[in-house]
Amino acid sequence: MIARLRGTVVAPLLAIVFSALLCAVALIISGANPASAMAAMVRQVGQSTVAVDILNGAAVYYIAALAVAIGFQMNLFNIGVEGQYRIGAIIAAIVGGAFVLPPVLHALVIVIVAALAGAGWAALPAFLKVTRGVNEVISTIMMNAIAFGVAAWLMRRDNFGQLIGNNVTTKPIAESGWVPGLSLGSRGTIFGLVLLAVALGIGYGFLMNRTRFGFELRASGESPTAASAGGVNAKKMVVIAMLLSGAVAGLIAMPEILGRDHAYTLNFAQGYGLTGIAITLLGRNHPVGIAFGALLWAFLDKSALALDNVGVPREIALIMQGSIVISVVIAYEIVRRVELTAEQRRVGRQLGTAEAPAPATVTAGAPPPGPPDAAAPSDDRPDSGGRA
Amino acid sequence: MTMVDVPGTPSTGGAVTMTPPPRRRVLPGWAVYVIGIGLVVVMLATTSYLTGKPALTSSSTMQNTVLLALPILLAGLGGLWAERAGVVNIGLEGMMIMGTWGAAWGGLHGGPWMAVLCGMIGGALGGAVHAVATVTFGVNQIVSGVAINLLGAGIAKYLSTLIFFPLSSNPRESPSVERFDTFSAQPFSDWLLDLEREQRVGISDVAGLLRGMITGVSPMVMISVVLLVGSFFVLWHTRFGLRLRSCGENPIAAESLGVNVYLHKYIAVVASGGFAGLGGAALVLGSNPAIYAEGQTGGRGFIGLAAMIFGNWRPGGLLAGAGLFGYADGLRLSAGATTVHALLYGAVLILGLAVLWQLYKRRWVGAGTAALAAVGLYVIYLYTEELPREFLPYTPHIITLVVLALAAQRLRMPAADGIVYRRGSGA
Repeated sequence: MIARLRGTVVAPLLAIVFSALLCAVALIISGANPASAMAAMVRQVGQSTVAVDILNGAAVYYIAALAVAIGFQMNLFNIGVEGQYRIGAIIAAIVGGAFVLPPVLHALVIVIVAALAGAGWAALPAFLKVTRGVNEVISTIMMNAIAFGVAAWLMRRDNFGQLIGNNVTTKPIAESGWVPGLSLGSRGTIFGLVLLAVALGIGYGFLMNRTRFGFELRASGESPTAASAGGVNAKKMVVIAMLLSGAVAGLIAMPEILGRDHAYTLNFAQGYGLTGIAITLLGRNHPVGIAFGALLWAFLDKSALALDNVGVPREIALIMQGSIVISVVIAYEIVRRVELTAEQRRVGRQLGTAEAPAPATVTAGAPPPGPPDAAAPSDDRPDSGGRA
Repeated sequence: MTMVDVPGTPSTGGAVTMTPPPRRRVLPGWAVYVIGIGLVVVMLATTSYLTGKPALTSSSTMQNTVLLALPILLAGLGGLWAERAGVVNIGLEGMMIMGTWGAAWGGLHGGPWMAVLCGMIGGALGGAVHAVATVTFGVNQIVSGVAINLLGAGIAKYLSTLIFFPLSSNPRESPSVERFDTFSAQPFSDWLLDLEREQRVGISDVAGLLRGMITGVSPMVMISVVLLVGSFFVLWHTRFGLRLRSCGENPIAAESLGVNVYLHKYIAVVASGGFAGLGGAALVLGSNPAIYAEGQTGGRGFIGLAAMIFGNWRPGGLLAGAGLFGYADGLRLSAGATTVHALLYGAVLILGLAVLWQLYKRRWVGAGTAALAAVGLYVIYLYTEELPREFLPYTPHIITLVVLALAAQRLRMPAADGIVYRRGSGA
């Protein structure tokens, strides 16, 4: 247990420290003081609504990362979260603005519509993958771009767009569809749908670790051949995982739309899908790990605003985020290799101390312990090793 | 990335694939290529004549096509080098962004040739990070690519605020840099212009297309052509190229024959970044005024990747893909929505040919599907005036999806593409 914890905690910590050093060097070269920059960022958390902004941002990122993680669990790279959440958001905003329902029901309908729309946008790549063998990475990248076009078309004034102030938005959702937040006065308002993120996280953890479906999903990721030999229908798993991932992706914008904007606007935030991928990598598909990753990401995002006050371009936070991701994945890989070698050495030692049995009996009698991925060193999973 | 996911393929790169005996070809590859180009020109000329849209084959459209196809072509070449050595590179976009920044910086300090060089270096640095992560550390290649896209965008934004902001007083843009002088092949260009102006069926179309290719040519075009032909020669006709491609097909076998797999992969991935960066430089020098602007690449790195897949991981096919995507973009710029609408008519013509071909091959289902699609498109053509403007920029993406859906099973990617290889894992 402790060894496992060491593997999962030390690697990301080292990576974060390494990236921080890298950024410090970059700051020194550009003539700024890294210590004062760091202090300004930490101080910023106490300022006005920043702490609440971080929490709200983290909730949105968390949902995005969960959507990505569902696919990653079975080696399915749903790069298309970006497009799926955009389509989910705009369809849900249009449908939600179109009619009025009793309070809770209205919000519920909007959320369900968003999930369905997200899943719908993921359906085409899933279909192409299982029927035509088209790799999901390239098809979802294309779908992301097309989603921008569809959203822009839907937002045309002769379709669903309306000019409100000097911003084009969809028809605002009536108050019955809003989800009230927890107001902390001058500190800001926590989105009510932060709870949705928490619920999704718990649901995800339960689904992956406590259900047959989760087992089959992870098995297909670990070894497609073993899974299909065990009676798992690989195509069915691909379709379900992709649709589920798309459905969760559809929900990404819900906290913001139902809690703050009440419409889809032209300056709708973009990039949550890519962020979700990065955070999933940080958290290694683990619900708790992803939560930490989301908080770290949101912290870097929101408190970087303070950097302008100390004369540092706030974009240094972007470099920090990028370098954290790349060093984290490298660190996990190194830790995995070190553990693998240690494991092999341990097994070797055990074999050596055994009282000269025939090698065949030993391997049959005592199969080497450890995670199944220990047997496949060149497996290219993003999340290999260290998982529960 | 495995384009065609073969269930049950071992992930260790030791996939023993039984290659079917090659089909007997009636025509050599280059002849098919020439006939294909001829068919496309005939299709465009016919469409242009029947729909009364001369812009389809005008020289200004073609000029835009060349200009817009360049970054896509160069990014695609980057993808080609990396994937031929077995490393998937979806970080092309990030490398391209670093290339645009580098090109603007170099252009400010030393003119257009410096811009080209610095753009290439910027991209190659991104490539080096990808190489370290994927080759040395064996990180999943998609994961590393995603991270490099984030990192590249972040670095460019930071440096732009830091260095360009004081000069241009806009954190998202650089001051404009000097562009290349352009050349026109005279007197052919003027002679072709006369021909084009006469609006004779066929001849004027060909004249317009040709004139677009030889008028206002920047050295960037020549560099790209040299690099494309050079890549083909190096990868397919030298010992080094054979070794590099063997790393993408079967690294275990390559290593057993004494090829330094890591070294070749490193060279390929760094070169890949260099090409992507060059694509960024082409973007900066091709824009007017020539500046670095945030979000300038607009996903062209991904489109380059798509063009390469469209071209079946071959340079000739890549050129066709880049040309197609560049044309879709160029037509939108120089002619607008109603002219792109006329392309629907062209698509109907192509589908009509496809129906005849399928009937000739006695594939009834294929013929039926193609006929249905043709009728559907024709109905859309008749009942709409123009395509929704919002979809026009995404024509390449839609074409890519359609091509993948129809042809994914015929495409053949390098056998060990996307698979992490560790030194000595074949032992």
